[in-house]
Amino acid sequence: MSAQATVDLPLSARQPASLGLHRVIRLANWWPALRRLLLAWPFPMAIFVLWSLASHYQWVAPQVLPTPETVLTTFGDLLRNGDLRSNGVISFYRVIAGFGIGAGIGLALGVGMGLSPTFKDYVYPLFKAFAQVPSLGWLPLLMMLVGIDEALKIILVAKAALVPVALNTFKGIETVPTRYIDVAKVYGFSKWQLLAKVVFPSAFPMIWNGVRYGLTHSWLALVAVELLASSEGLGFLIVYGRQLYQMDVVMAAVVVVGAVGYVLDKVLALIEARLLRWRREAF
Amino acid sequence: MSFIQKHITHRDWRGFVLPVGFLVIWTAVTAAGWVNTKLIVPPSDVIAAAYKYFTSGTFFSGLGASLGRDLAGFVLGSLVGVAFGSLVGLSRWANRLAGPTFHTLKHISLFAWLPLISTWLGQGDGAKIFFVALSAFYPVALGTIEGVQGVARAQVEVARVYAFNARQLLFKLVLPAASPQIIAGLHLALIYAWLATIGSEYLLAKSGPGLGDAVIQGKTAFNVGLVVFGMLLVGLIGYALNRIALRAEARVLRWRGRAS
Repeated sequence: MSAQATVDLPLSARQPASLGLHRVIRLANWWPALRRLLLAWPFPMAIFVLWSLASHYQWVAPQVLPTPETVLTTFGDLLRNGDLRSNGVISFYRVIAGFGIGAGIGLALGVGMGLSPTFKDYVYPLFKAFAQVPSLGWLPLLMMLVGIDEALKIILVAKAALVPVALNTFKGIETVPTRYIDVAKVYGFSKWQLLAKVVFPSAFPMIWNGVRYGLTHSWLALVAVELLASSEGLGFLIVYGRQLYQMDVVMAAVVVVGAVGYVLDKVLALIEARLLRWRREAF
Repeated sequence: MSFIQKHITHRDWRGFVLPVGFLVIWTAVTAAGWVNTKLIVPPSDVIAAAYKYFTSGTFFSGLGASLGRDLAGFVLGSLVGVAFGSLVGLSRWANRLAGPTFHTLKHISLFAWLPLISTWLGQGDGAKIFFVALSAFYPVALGTIEGVQGVARAQVEVARVYAFNARQLLFKLVLPAASPQIIAGLHLALIYAWLATIGSEYLLAKSGPGLGDAVIQGKTAFNVGLVVFGMLLVGLIGYALNRIALRAEARVLRWRGRAS
């Protein structure tokens, strides 16, 4: 790009019109991206200005709405003294552990129900009833049964992941078009080949959907559990700040909750892009 | 007998094996006293607690209060969601200005908002309904944006040829064409709204009426029977809401006909 620009420069005396067009075209290439970036800001900025005004002139009590600077300083403090990091790491570990266990069991259940009609007949009705009670509904009972230790969080997060993963795996396998299976049979595929080359690739997009839902639900459930019963983690930090009426701590922790949710989502999107490469190559 | 045979095939019985087995083990284990029956109560305790809760009069007021918050929040959040989604889906400028903020904020786990909301709006019905509305808003807005942006250009051109005004364009073309996605969003919103109702009642628990409040009170009083019954009730109502949504969805989308 830059090499071309230096070559173009002396030519400009001879062919001003064509160079102008060049520039316009190049400008047009990055203009939409820049515009997108620029236009994303006015709305949050307006809220920020309103927030600054409201807190500086104390239209509301500072305990209820701290100034942006306070929140920023607190954010820096929490970042420096490690509170944000240690609590964030704890929450992150809990969600990964619970999600791993839940998704693993969910995958096994879904595969079992998808492949064996007998297994499905026995398990599916109970599973459906189990899935009807939202994770939060289980929380008070679990708190009484297993206490408010680590086990409570892992079980609840695992339950939140299990249901969508199992359901989507089951549906994904069940809805593999029979035509595919017929073709595989014509080619004399063995049972294992049929599973590895036809059933799972065909069911994969749906299973993956379940995994994404599962992770979102896991994170949702974990934050709820930490708000209600925890002595560490991001949710606890929020409750702690709320109890001390330090809204700056609450807001800083909420920002980190959003950031972790964003990172989890992005990681899955990246894995998905990698895993589904074969689909795009086909066309 | 023949009626039963006609309606329940051989295979359906298999579905009862696990739940019945579970019930039997539960009863046996608690009756034999192998476990701490204060913690793992016998099934009869759950029924007794349910009966007591039913007859105490707080049942219907609690249920009514919870469902009222659920529906109020759901309606409010859905209306704002459809309006916001249409605006962002139709207007390129609205999308550029508000889209990035919306897509950033949606990553914040819903319940993280509750402490902030309770600081600003208190612990009363207002805060709870606002929270339920927020939880219903996201799926509806997302569905509406997706549906509106997916409206076929050719259809819009036909509408232009017929000189539709903006209002006709919105209500006769865009919203009907986007309705499958909007309704999918509404369905999700109904599930989230119920979750948010229970969650807000747990976290902003007062001594007021509400299903979640009753469960939390049962937990504080170590009334395991009531907690189990409350859990079942939460699941049952969620199930009923889901069934209603499925029925309504099938009815509203009947005009599309069967997918062939």
